[in-house]
Amino acid sequence: MYVNKNLAISDTGFIFNPSTGDSFSTNEVGKFIIDLLKQKKSKEEIISQIVLHFNVDKVNADKDLSDFFAMLKSYQLMLDENE
Amino acid sequence: MSKKSYERPYIQKLNTGTMNKFGTKTEYAPVTAIEGVPVKKLIADYGSPVFVISERQIRKTYHEAVRAFKTRYPKVQFAWSYKTNYLNAVCNIFHQEGSWAEVVSMYEYQKAIQNGVPGKKIIFNGPDKSIEDLSIAVDNESLIHIDHLDELYLLVELLENKKKKARVAIRVNMDTGIYPMWDRFGFNYENGQAWNAINKIMSHPELMELVGLHCHIGTYMLSANAYSVAAWKLSDLAMNIQLRYEKTISYLDLGGGFASANTLKGSYLQGSDIIPSVDDYAEAITSTLLNFGFKQENLPTLILETGRAMIDDAAHLLGSVIAIKRLSDGRRSIVMDFGVNILFTAFWYNHKISPAQEFSHHVEDMVVYGPLCMNIDCVRESVTLPLLNRGDNVVVHRVGAYNMTQWMQFITMRPKVVLIDMDGKTHIIRENETLDTINQMEKMPKHLKSINL
Repeated sequence: MYVNKNLAISDTGFIFNPSTGDSFSTNEVGKFIIDLLKQKKSKEEIISQIVLHFNVDKVNADKDLSDFFAMLKSYQLMLDENE
Repeated sequence: MSKKSYERPYIQKLNTGTMNKFGTKTEYAPVTAIEGVPVKKLIADYGSPVFVISERQIRKTYHEAVRAFKTRYPKVQFAWSYKTNYLNAVCNIFHQEGSWAEVVSMYEYQKAIQNGVPGKKIIFNGPDKSIEDLSIAVDNESLIHIDHLDELYLLVELLENKKKKARVAIRVNMDTGIYPMWDRFGFNYENGQAWNAINKIMSHPELMELVGLHCHIGTYMLSANAYSVAAWKLSDLAMNIQLRYEKTISYLDLGGGFASANTLKGSYLQGSDIIPSVDDYAEAITSTLLNFGFKQENLPTLILETGRAMIDDAAHLLGSVIAIKRLSDGRRSIVMDFGVNILFTAFWYNHKISPAQEFSHHVEDMVVYGPLCMNIDCVRESVTLPLLNRGDNVVVHRVGAYNMTQWMQFITMRPKVVLIDMDGKTHIIRENETLDTINQMEKMPKHLKSINL
Protein backbone atom coordinates (compact mmCIF):
# COMPACT_ATOMS: atom_id res chain seq x y z
CA MET A 1 0.00 0.00 0.00
CA TYR A 2 1.70 3.21 -1.12
CA VAL A 3 1.06 6.51 -2.86
CA ASN A 4 2.88 7.76 -5.89
CA LYS A 5 6.01 9.41 -4.45
CA ASN A 6 5.96 11.94 -7.28
CA LEU A 7 2.65 13.42 -6.14
CA ALA A 8 2.99 17.16 -5.67
CA ILE A 9 1.08 18.48 -2.66
CA SER A 10 0.84 22.17 -1.77
CA ASP A 11 0.42 23.47 1.77
CA THR A 12 -3.19 24.37 0.96
CA GLY A 13 -4.08 20.82 -0.09
CA PHE A 14 -3.78 21.07 -3.86
CA ILE A 15 -2.52 17.75 -5.29
CA PHE A 16 -1.05 17.17 -8.74
CA ASN A 17 -0.41 13.69 -10.12
CA PRO A 18 2.30 14.06 -12.80
CA SER A 19 1.68 10.51 -14.05
CA THR A 20 -1.84 11.25 -15.19
CA GLY A 21 -2.11 15.04 -15.19
CA ASP A 22 -5.01 14.86 -12.73
CA SER A 23 -5.34 17.36 -9.93
CA PHE A 24 -7.21 17.09 -6.65
CA SER A 25 -8.17 19.07 -3.59
CA THR A 26 -7.84 17.73 -0.07
CA ASN A 27 -8.30 19.09 3.43
CA GLU A 28 -5.86 19.28 6.34
CA VAL A 29 -6.46 15.76 7.61
CA GLY A 30 -6.30 14.37 4.07
CA LYS A 31 -2.96 16.06 3.46
CA PHE A 32 -1.70 14.76 6.83
CA ILE A 33 -2.60 11.19 5.79
CA ILE A 34 -1.06 11.45 2.31
CA ASP A 35 2.18 12.80 3.82
CA LEU A 36 2.30 9.77 6.14
CA LEU A 37 1.55 7.39 3.27
CA LYS A 38 4.46 8.88 1.35
CA GLN A 39 6.60 7.99 4.39
CA LYS A 40 5.33 4.38 3.98
CA LYS A 41 3.50 4.39 7.33
CA SER A 42 1.05 1.55 7.95
CA LYS A 43 -2.68 2.08 8.48
CA GLU A 44 -2.30 1.47 12.23
CA GLU A 45 0.53 3.99 12.48
CA ILE A 46 -1.50 6.57 10.58
CA ILE A 47 -4.50 6.09 12.89
CA SER A 48 -2.23 6.55 15.93
CA GLN A 49 -0.81 9.75 14.46
CA ILE A 50 -4.27 11.13 13.64
CA VAL A 51 -5.51 10.43 17.17
CA LEU A 52 -2.30 11.99 18.57
CA HIS A 53 -2.60 15.21 16.58
CA PHE A 54 -6.33 15.69 16.08
CA ASN A 55 -9.34 15.81 18.34
CA VAL A 56 -10.90 12.48 17.31
CA ASP A 57 -11.27 9.02 18.81
CA LYS A 58 -9.72 5.89 17.32
CA VAL A 59 -13.00 4.37 16.13
CA ASN A 60 -13.97 7.37 14.06
CA ALA A 61 -10.42 7.88 12.79
CA ASP A 62 -10.36 4.26 11.63
CA LYS A 63 -13.77 4.53 9.95
CA ASP A 64 -12.88 7.74 8.14
CA LEU A 65 -9.46 6.47 7.11
CA SER A 66 -10.95 3.36 5.51
CA ASP A 67 -13.29 5.54 3.48
CA PHE A 68 -10.42 7.86 2.53
CA PHE A 69 -8.29 4.94 1.38
CA ALA A 70 -11.14 3.75 -0.83
CA MET A 71 -11.31 7.19 -2.43
CA LEU A 72 -7.53 7.30 -2.95
CA LYS A 73 -7.71 3.91 -4.66
CA SER A 74 -10.64 4.96 -6.83
CA TYR A 75 -8.62 7.97 -7.97
CA GLN A 76 -5.60 5.66 -8.55
CA LEU A 77 -3.50 7.65 -6.12
CA MET A 78 -2.90 4.66 -3.86
CA LEU A 79 -1.85 1.23 -4.96
CA ASP A 80 -1.32 -2.09 -3.18
CA GLU A 81 2.31 -3.27 -2.83
CA ASN A 82 1.95 -5.89 -5.57
CA GLU A 83 0.40 -3.48 -8.09
CA MET B 1 0.02 19.39 23.29
CA SER B 2 -3.37 20.79 22.32
CA LYS B 3 -4.96 18.84 19.51
CA LYS B 4 -6.22 20.36 16.30
CA SER B 5 -9.91 20.26 15.46
CA TYR B 6 -10.75 17.25 13.35
CA GLU B 7 -12.51 17.23 10.03
CA ARG B 8 -12.85 13.87 8.34
CA PRO B 9 -10.37 13.42 5.46
CA TYR B 10 -11.68 14.51 2.12
CA ILE B 11 -10.38 14.42 -1.42
CA GLN B 12 -12.06 15.66 -4.55
CA LYS B 13 -10.92 15.41 -8.12
CA LEU B 14 -10.77 18.79 -9.83
CA ASN B 15 -12.39 18.82 -13.23
CA THR B 16 -11.82 21.45 -15.87
CA GLY B 17 -13.85 22.12 -18.96
CA THR B 18 -17.21 21.36 -17.34
CA MET B 19 -18.05 24.81 -16.06
CA ASN B 20 -21.66 25.57 -15.31
CA LYS B 21 -22.40 29.24 -15.88
CA PHE B 22 -24.98 29.15 -13.11
CA GLY B 23 -22.56 27.55 -10.66
CA THR B 24 -23.57 25.07 -8.02
CA LYS B 25 -25.46 26.34 -5.03
CA THR B 26 -23.46 25.42 -1.96
CA GLU B 27 -25.31 25.43 1.34
CA TYR B 28 -22.43 25.72 3.76
CA ALA B 29 -23.46 28.96 5.43
CA PRO B 30 -24.50 27.63 8.84
CA VAL B 31 -27.86 28.46 10.39
CA THR B 32 -27.17 28.26 14.10
CA ALA B 33 -30.34 29.92 15.43
CA ILE B 34 -34.01 30.34 14.55
CA GLU B 35 -35.40 33.73 15.60
CA GLY B 36 -32.48 34.07 18.01
CA VAL B 37 -33.01 30.69 19.67
CA PRO B 38 -29.98 28.42 19.15
CA VAL B 39 -30.66 25.31 17.09
CA LYS B 40 -28.63 23.24 19.56
CA LYS B 41 -30.84 24.42 22.43
CA LEU B 42 -34.04 23.70 20.51
CA ILE B 43 -32.85 20.16 19.82
CA ALA B 44 -31.62 19.69 23.39
CA ASP B 45 -34.96 20.88 24.80
CA TYR B 46 -37.40 19.31 22.34
CA GLY B 47 -35.54 16.44 20.68
CA SER B 48 -34.55 15.71 17.13
CA PRO B 49 -36.18 15.98 14.69
CA VAL B 50 -38.43 18.91 15.61
CA PHE B 51 -40.52 21.38 13.61
CA VAL B 52 -39.98 25.00 14.64
CA ILE B 53 -42.44 27.71 13.61
CA SER B 54 -41.81 31.44 13.86
CA GLU B 55 -44.85 33.51 14.90
CA ARG B 56 -42.97 36.66 13.87
CA GLN B 57 -42.46 35.37 10.32
CA ILE B 58 -46.11 34.34 9.96
CA ARG B 59 -47.30 37.79 10.96
CA LYS B 60 -44.68 39.51 8.80
CA THR B 61 -45.67 37.51 5.71
CA TYR B 62 -49.34 38.13 6.40
CA HIS B 63 -48.80 41.87 6.78
CA GLU B 64 -46.87 41.99 3.50
CA ALA B 65 -49.69 40.19 1.68
CA VAL B 66 -52.37 42.40 3.22
CA ARG B 67 -50.40 45.53 2.33
CA ALA B 68 -49.96 44.34 -1.27
CA PHE B 69 -53.71 43.88 -1.76
CA LYS B 70 -55.25 46.56 0.46
CA THR B 71 -53.14 49.34 -1.01
CA ARG B 72 -54.52 48.38 -4.44
CA TYR B 73 -58.13 47.41 -3.72
CA PRO B 74 -60.61 48.71 -1.15
CA LYS B 75 -62.33 45.48 -0.08
CA VAL B 76 -60.03 42.55 0.71
CA GLN B 77 -60.55 39.60 3.02
CA PHE B 78 -58.08 36.78 3.65
CA ALA B 79 -59.26 33.32 4.70
CA TRP B 80 -56.76 30.90 6.21
CA SER B 81 -56.49 27.69 4.24
CA TYR B 82 -56.75 25.08 6.98
CA LYS B 83 -55.39 22.20 4.92
CA THR B 84 -52.09 24.01 4.47
CA ASN B 85 -51.40 23.92 8.19
CA TYR B 86 -54.21 23.32 10.65
CA LEU B 87 -52.29 23.29 13.87
CA ASN B 88 -54.63 25.28 16.10
CA ALA B 89 -51.94 27.72 17.26
CA VAL B 90 -51.01 28.48 13.65
CA CYS B 91 -54.66 28.97 12.68
CA ASN B 92 -55.21 31.34 15.57
CA ILE B 93 -52.28 33.54 14.58
CA PHE B 94 -54.00 34.07 11.24
CA HIS B 95 -57.39 34.53 12.92
CA GLN B 96 -55.89 37.11 15.30
CA GLU B 97 -54.69 38.96 12.22
CA GLY B 98 -58.21 38.96 10.80
CA SER B 99 -58.25 35.91 8.53
CA TRP B 100 -61.45 33.98 8.18
CA ALA B 101 -61.26 30.16 7.90
CA GLU B 102 -61.31 28.23 4.62
CA VAL B 103 -62.02 24.56 5.20
CA VAL B 104 -62.54 21.53 2.97
CA SER B 105 -63.97 18.93 5.34
CA MET B 106 -66.14 18.70 8.44
CA TYR B 107 -62.99 17.83 10.40
CA GLU B 108 -61.44 21.15 9.42
CA TYR B 109 -64.79 22.90 9.89
CA GLN B 110 -65.03 21.65 13.47
CA LYS B 111 -61.45 22.74 14.13
CA ALA B 112 -62.33 26.24 12.95
CA ILE B 113 -65.44 26.32 15.17
CA GLN B 114 -63.41 25.10 18.16
CA ASN B 115 -60.81 27.78 17.43
CA GLY B 116 -63.57 30.32 17.87
CA VAL B 117 -64.19 31.29 14.26
CA PRO B 118 -67.82 32.47 13.85
CA GLY B 119 -69.75 30.24 11.46
CA LYS B 120 -70.44 33.22 9.20
CA LYS B 121 -66.72 33.60 8.65
CA ILE B 122 -66.07 30.01 7.57
CA ILE B 123 -65.82 29.24 3.87
CA PHE B 124 -66.77 25.61 3.30
CA ASN B 125 -65.05 24.34 0.14
CA GLY B 126 -64.38 20.88 -1.22
CA PRO B 127 -66.19 18.11 -3.06
CA ASP B 128 -67.13 16.04 0.00
CA LYS B 129 -69.94 17.53 2.07
CA SER B 130 -72.53 15.17 3.51
CA ILE B 131 -76.10 16.25 4.21
CA GLU B 132 -75.17 16.43 7.89
CA ASP B 133 -72.18 18.65 7.07
CA LEU B 134 -74.33 20.92 4.93
CA SER B 135 -76.95 21.11 7.66
CA ILE B 136 -74.39 22.32 10.21
CA ALA B 137 -72.99 24.85 7.73
CA VAL B 138 -76.49 26.17 6.97
CA ASP B 139 -77.32 26.48 10.67
CA ASN B 140 -74.09 28.44 11.22
CA GLU B 141 -74.71 30.64 8.16
CA SER B 142 -71.36 29.63 6.72
CA LEU B 143 -70.44 30.31 3.10
CA ILE B 144 -71.03 27.07 1.22
CA HIS B 145 -69.02 26.81 -1.98
CA ILE B 146 -70.83 24.29 -4.14
CA ASP B 147 -68.51 21.96 -6.07
CA HIS B 148 -70.89 19.86 -8.20
CA LEU B 149 -74.55 19.44 -9.12
CA ASP B 150 -75.02 16.49 -6.77
CA GLU B 151 -74.07 18.78 -3.91
CA LEU B 152 -76.45 21.45 -5.19
CA TYR B 153 -79.37 18.99 -5.36
CA LEU B 154 -78.51 17.64 -1.91
CA LEU B 155 -78.53 21.18 -0.56
CA VAL B 156 -81.89 21.95 -2.19
CA GLU B 157 -83.36 18.80 -0.63
CA LEU B 158 -81.96 19.74 2.76
CA LEU B 159 -83.16 23.34 2.61
CA GLU B 160 -86.67 22.36 1.52
CA ASN B 161 -86.96 20.35 4.72
CA LYS B 162 -85.16 22.86 6.92
CA LYS B 163 -87.12 25.91 5.82
CA LYS B 164 -83.88 27.85 6.06
CA LYS B 165 -81.93 29.89 3.55
CA ALA B 166 -78.29 29.19 2.75
CA ARG B 167 -75.54 31.58 1.66
CA VAL B 168 -73.82 29.91 -1.27
CA ALA B 169 -71.22 30.39 -3.96
CA ILE B 170 -70.11 28.12 -6.77
CA ARG B 171 -66.59 27.04 -7.52
CA VAL B 172 -65.73 27.78 -11.14
CA ASN B 173 -62.93 26.11 -13.10
CA MET B 174 -61.56 27.71 -16.23
CA ASP B 175 -58.81 27.93 -18.79
CA THR B 176 -56.36 30.57 -17.61
CA GLY B 177 -53.64 29.60 -20.06
CA ILE B 178 -51.71 27.42 -17.67
CA TYR B 179 -51.08 23.69 -17.70
CA PRO B 180 -52.40 21.53 -16.14
CA MET B 181 -55.85 23.08 -16.09
CA TRP B 182 -57.60 22.22 -12.86
CA ASP B 183 -61.05 21.16 -14.03
CA ARG B 184 -61.88 18.46 -11.51
CA PHE B 185 -63.32 20.91 -9.00
CA GLY B 186 -66.35 23.08 -9.59
CA PHE B 187 -68.19 24.04 -12.75
CA ASN B 188 -66.50 24.94 -16.02
CA TYR B 189 -66.67 28.51 -17.27
CA GLU B 190 -66.02 27.96 -20.96
CA ASN B 191 -68.55 25.20 -21.66
CA GLY B 192 -71.41 26.86 -19.77
CA GLN B 193 -71.53 24.55 -16.73
CA ALA B 194 -70.93 27.48 -14.39
CA TRP B 195 -73.73 29.56 -15.87
CA ASN B 196 -76.03 26.52 -15.76
CA ALA B 197 -75.31 26.08 -12.05
CA ILE B 198 -75.88 29.80 -11.42
CA ASN B 199 -79.29 29.59 -13.16
CA LYS B 200 -80.25 26.59 -11.03
CA ILE B 201 -79.30 28.42 -7.84
CA MET B 202 -81.10 31.58 -8.91
CA SER B 203 -84.22 29.50 -9.54
CA HIS B 204 -84.43 28.81 -5.79
CA PRO B 205 -84.43 32.34 -4.33
CA GLU B 206 -86.41 31.16 -1.31
CA LEU B 207 -83.77 28.55 -0.44
CA MET B 208 -80.41 30.01 -1.43
CA GLU B 209 -78.73 33.34 -1.87
CA LEU B 210 -75.87 33.35 -4.35
CA VAL B 211 -73.43 35.63 -2.56
CA GLY B 212 -70.12 34.80 -4.22
CA LEU B 213 -68.12 33.17 -6.98
CA HIS B 214 -65.01 31.15 -6.32
CA CYS B 215 -62.11 29.72 -8.28
CA HIS B 216 -58.79 28.11 -7.45
CA ILE B 217 -56.82 27.82 -10.64
CA GLY B 218 -53.85 25.75 -9.52
CA THR B 219 -51.01 25.48 -7.08
CA TYR B 220 -47.49 26.96 -7.01
CA MET B 221 -48.53 29.28 -9.82
CA LEU B 222 -45.55 30.81 -11.60
CA SER B 223 -47.69 33.14 -13.73
CA ALA B 224 -49.39 36.12 -12.12
CA ASN B 225 -51.17 36.76 -15.41
CA ALA B 226 -53.23 33.57 -14.96
CA TYR B 227 -54.90 35.28 -11.98
CA SER B 228 -55.76 38.22 -14.18
CA VAL B 229 -57.55 35.86 -16.57
CA ALA B 230 -59.34 34.18 -13.63
CA ALA B 231 -60.41 37.52 -12.15
CA TRP B 232 -61.76 38.61 -15.54
CA LYS B 233 -63.82 35.42 -15.99
CA LEU B 234 -65.30 35.58 -12.48
CA SER B 235 -66.07 39.28 -13.03
CA ASP B 236 -67.78 38.40 -16.30
CA LEU B 237 -70.03 35.93 -14.50
CA ALA B 238 -70.75 38.44 -11.73
CA MET B 239 -71.61 41.16 -14.23
CA ASN B 240 -73.95 38.85 -16.16
CA ILE B 241 -75.69 37.87 -12.92
CA GLN B 242 -76.17 41.59 -12.25
CA LEU B 243 -77.58 42.16 -15.73
CA ARG B 244 -79.87 39.14 -15.85
CA TYR B 245 -81.02 38.87 -12.26
CA GLU B 246 -80.27 42.36 -10.90
CA LYS B 247 -78.38 40.56 -8.19
CA THR B 248 -75.10 42.00 -6.90
CA ILE B 249 -72.47 39.39 -6.13
CA SER B 250 -70.90 40.25 -2.75
CA TYR B 251 -67.52 38.65 -3.22
CA LEU B 252 -65.15 37.05 -5.69
CA ASP B 253 -62.91 34.42 -4.11
CA LEU B 254 -59.73 33.99 -6.16
CA GLY B 255 -58.59 31.05 -4.03
CA GLY B 256 -54.92 30.41 -3.45
CA GLY B 257 -51.99 28.87 -5.28
CA PHE B 258 -49.42 31.65 -4.85
CA ALA B 259 -45.93 30.13 -4.99
CA SER B 260 -43.51 30.04 -2.07
CA ALA B 261 -39.76 30.41 -2.53
CA ASN B 262 -39.12 26.67 -2.42
CA THR B 263 -37.44 25.20 -5.49
CA LEU B 264 -39.55 22.71 -7.42
CA LYS B 265 -37.82 19.47 -8.45
CA GLY B 266 -36.65 19.76 -12.03
CA SER B 267 -36.53 23.54 -11.89
CA TYR B 268 -33.40 24.94 -13.54
CA LEU B 269 -33.36 28.05 -11.35
CA GLN B 270 -33.88 28.57 -7.64
CA GLY B 271 -37.50 29.09 -6.63
CA SER B 272 -36.77 32.49 -5.10
CA ASP B 273 -35.44 33.69 -8.48
CA ILE B 274 -38.48 32.77 -10.55
CA ILE B 275 -41.63 33.14 -8.45
CA PRO B 276 -43.85 36.22 -8.83
CA SER B 277 -43.92 38.48 -5.78
CA VAL B 278 -47.13 38.96 -3.81
CA ASP B 279 -47.26 42.43 -5.38
CA ASP B 280 -47.24 40.84 -8.85
CA TYR B 281 -50.22 38.64 -7.94
CA ALA B 282 -52.00 41.59 -6.30
CA GLU B 283 -51.47 43.86 -9.29
CA ALA B 284 -52.76 41.23 -11.73
CA ILE B 285 -55.93 40.55 -9.75
CA THR B 286 -56.86 44.00 -8.48
CA SER B 287 -56.22 45.90 -11.69
CA THR B 288 -58.47 43.44 -13.53
CA LEU B 289 -61.27 43.88 -10.99
CA LEU B 290 -60.96 47.66 -10.88
CA ASN B 291 -60.90 47.99 -14.65
CA PHE B 292 -63.68 45.53 -15.38
CA GLY B 293 -66.48 48.07 -15.12
CA PHE B 294 -68.21 47.40 -11.80
CA LYS B 295 -70.06 50.38 -10.37
CA GLN B 296 -68.25 51.59 -7.27
CA GLU B 297 -71.12 50.49 -4.99
CA ASN B 298 -71.17 47.02 -6.63
CA LEU B 299 -67.44 46.37 -6.36
CA PRO B 300 -67.16 42.85 -4.96
CA THR B 301 -65.07 42.00 -1.92
CA LEU B 302 -61.92 40.16 -2.95
CA ILE B 303 -61.36 37.00 -0.89
CA LEU B 304 -57.99 35.24 -0.95
CA GLU B 305 -57.30 31.77 0.40
CA THR B 306 -53.58 31.67 -0.16
CA GLY B 307 -51.89 29.15 2.15
CA ARG B 308 -48.49 28.00 0.95
CA ALA B 309 -47.03 31.48 0.37
CA MET B 310 -48.20 32.61 3.81
CA ILE B 311 -46.72 29.86 5.94
CA ASP B 312 -43.89 28.05 4.10
CA ASP B 313 -41.14 30.48 5.15
CA ALA B 314 -42.20 30.46 8.80
CA ALA B 315 -41.30 26.84 9.58
CA HIS B 316 -38.02 24.95 9.76
CA LEU B 317 -37.37 21.29 10.39
CA LEU B 318 -34.36 20.65 12.61
CA GLY B 319 -32.71 17.26 12.43
CA SER B 320 -29.53 15.29 13.04
CA VAL B 321 -27.17 13.11 11.05
CA ILE B 322 -27.50 9.41 11.89
CA ALA B 323 -24.84 8.02 9.57
CA ILE B 324 -22.42 8.84 6.77
CA LYS B 325 -22.07 6.27 4.02
CA ARG B 326 -20.60 5.86 0.59
CA LEU B 327 -22.72 4.38 -2.18
CA SER B 328 -21.46 1.77 -4.62
CA ASP B 329 -20.82 4.36 -7.31
CA GLY B 330 -18.66 6.47 -5.00
CA ARG B 331 -21.26 9.07 -4.13
CA ARG B 332 -21.45 10.24 -0.55
CA SER B 333 -24.75 9.65 1.25
CA ILE B 334 -25.95 10.71 4.65
CA VAL B 335 -28.82 9.34 6.68
CA MET B 336 -30.89 11.87 8.63
CA ASP B 337 -33.31 11.28 11.48
CA PHE B 338 -36.18 12.79 9.48
CA GLY B 339 -37.71 11.25 6.40
CA VAL B 340 -40.40 11.77 3.81
CA ASN B 341 -43.07 10.61 6.26
CA ILE B 342 -42.78 13.95 8.08
CA LEU B 343 -41.35 15.94 5.17
CA PHE B 344 -43.89 15.09 2.52
CA THR B 345 -42.92 18.11 0.42
CA ALA B 346 -39.54 16.48 -0.27
CA PHE B 347 -41.42 14.71 -3.08
CA TRP B 348 -42.06 18.10 -4.76
CA TYR B 349 -39.22 20.35 -3.69
CA ASN B 350 -35.46 20.39 -3.50
CA HIS B 351 -35.58 21.73 0.03
CA LYS B 352 -32.75 23.97 1.10
CA ILE B 353 -30.75 22.25 3.84
CA SER B 354 -28.23 24.18 5.95
CA PRO B 355 -25.75 22.88 8.50
CA ALA B 356 -26.33 24.12 12.03
CA GLN B 357 -22.66 24.43 12.94
CA GLU B 358 -19.50 25.90 11.44
CA PHE B 359 -17.48 23.91 8.92
CA SER B 360 -14.45 24.49 6.73
CA HIS B 361 -14.93 25.52 3.11
CA HIS B 362 -14.68 21.92 1.92
CA VAL B 363 -17.95 20.52 0.57
CA GLU B 364 -19.11 17.37 -1.12
CA ASP B 365 -22.04 16.31 -3.25
CA MET B 366 -24.27 13.90 -1.43
CA VAL B 367 -27.59 12.12 -1.35
CA VAL B 368 -29.67 12.83 1.75
CA TYR B 369 -31.75 9.90 2.95
CA GLY B 370 -34.26 9.68 5.77
CA PRO B 371 -34.34 7.00 8.48
CA LEU B 372 -37.12 4.87 7.03
CA CYS B 373 -36.31 1.37 5.86
CA MET B 374 -37.97 2.15 2.54
CA ASN B 375 -36.23 2.97 -0.73
CA ILE B 376 -38.47 5.97 -1.39
CA ASP B 377 -37.18 7.77 1.67
CA CYS B 378 -34.91 10.24 -0.10
CA VAL B 379 -34.95 13.86 1.07
CA ARG B 380 -32.50 15.27 -1.50
CA GLU B 381 -31.17 13.33 -4.49
CA SER B 382 -28.17 15.62 -4.83
CA VAL B 383 -27.05 18.46 -2.62
CA THR B 384 -23.71 20.06 -1.87
CA LEU B 385 -23.06 20.24 1.85
CA PRO B 386 -20.04 20.50 4.18
CA LEU B 387 -18.34 17.44 5.65
CA LEU B 388 -21.09 16.49 8.06
CA ASN B 389 -20.49 13.99 10.83
CA ARG B 390 -22.76 11.72 12.83
CA GLY B 391 -24.63 13.81 15.38
CA ASP B 392 -24.31 17.08 13.47
CA ASN B 393 -27.49 19.11 13.15
CA VAL B 394 -29.09 20.51 10.04
CA VAL B 395 -31.90 22.95 9.31
CA VAL B 396 -34.41 22.31 6.51
CA HIS B 397 -35.99 25.54 5.27
CA ARG B 398 -39.51 26.47 4.19
CA VAL B 399 -41.45 23.48 5.50
CA GLY B 400 -44.52 25.30 6.85
CA ALA B 401 -46.99 24.33 4.14
CA TYR B 402 -48.56 20.87 3.93
CA ASN B 403 -45.97 18.97 5.97
CA MET B 404 -47.77 19.27 9.29
CA THR B 405 -51.02 18.17 7.66
CA GLN B 406 -49.88 15.53 5.17
CA TRP B 407 -47.32 13.89 7.46
CA MET B 408 -47.71 10.21 8.23
CA GLN B 409 -47.11 8.08 11.25
CA PHE B 410 -45.10 5.52 9.32
CA ILE B 411 -42.29 3.48 10.86
CA THR B 412 -41.37 6.42 13.11
CA MET B 413 -43.51 8.75 15.20
CA ARG B 414 -44.33 12.33 14.35
CA PRO B 415 -42.17 14.79 16.31
CA LYS B 416 -42.95 17.84 18.42
CA VAL B 417 -43.87 21.15 16.84
CA VAL B 418 -42.53 24.21 18.64
CA LEU B 419 -43.63 27.82 18.17
CA ILE B 420 -41.25 30.71 18.84
CA ASP B 421 -43.45 33.62 19.88
CA MET B 422 -42.95 37.35 19.27
CA ASP B 423 -40.76 37.60 22.40
CA GLY B 424 -38.52 34.69 21.44
CA LYS B 425 -40.15 32.31 23.93
CA THR B 426 -40.71 28.73 22.84
CA HIS B 427 -43.97 26.81 23.21
CA ILE B 428 -44.82 23.23 22.30
CA ILE B 429 -47.89 23.51 20.07
CA ARG B 430 -48.06 19.81 19.24
CA GLU B 431 -46.60 17.00 21.30
CA ASN B 432 -44.63 14.18 19.73
CA GLU B 433 -46.41 10.88 19.30
CA THR B 434 -45.56 7.91 21.48
CA LEU B 435 -46.27 4.20 21.27
CA ASP B 436 -49.32 4.79 23.47
CA THR B 437 -50.66 7.43 21.08
CA ILE B 438 -50.77 4.87 18.32
CA ASN B 439 -51.75 1.84 20.37
CA GLN B 440 -54.76 3.54 21.96
CA MET B 441 -56.44 3.41 18.55
CA GLU B 442 -56.02 -0.35 18.24
CA LYS B 443 -58.12 -3.16 19.66
CA MET B 444 -56.93 -6.74 20.24
CA PRO B 445 -59.40 -9.62 19.75
CA LYS B 446 -59.46 -11.83 22.86
CA HIS B 447 -58.11 -14.91 21.09
CA LEU B 448 -55.02 -12.98 19.95
CA LYS B 449 -54.13 -11.54 23.32
CA SER B 450 -51.62 -14.19 24.30
CA ILE B 451 -48.73 -15.54 22.31
CA ASN B 452 -46.34 -18.30 23.25
CA LEU B 453 -43.06 -18.19 21.38
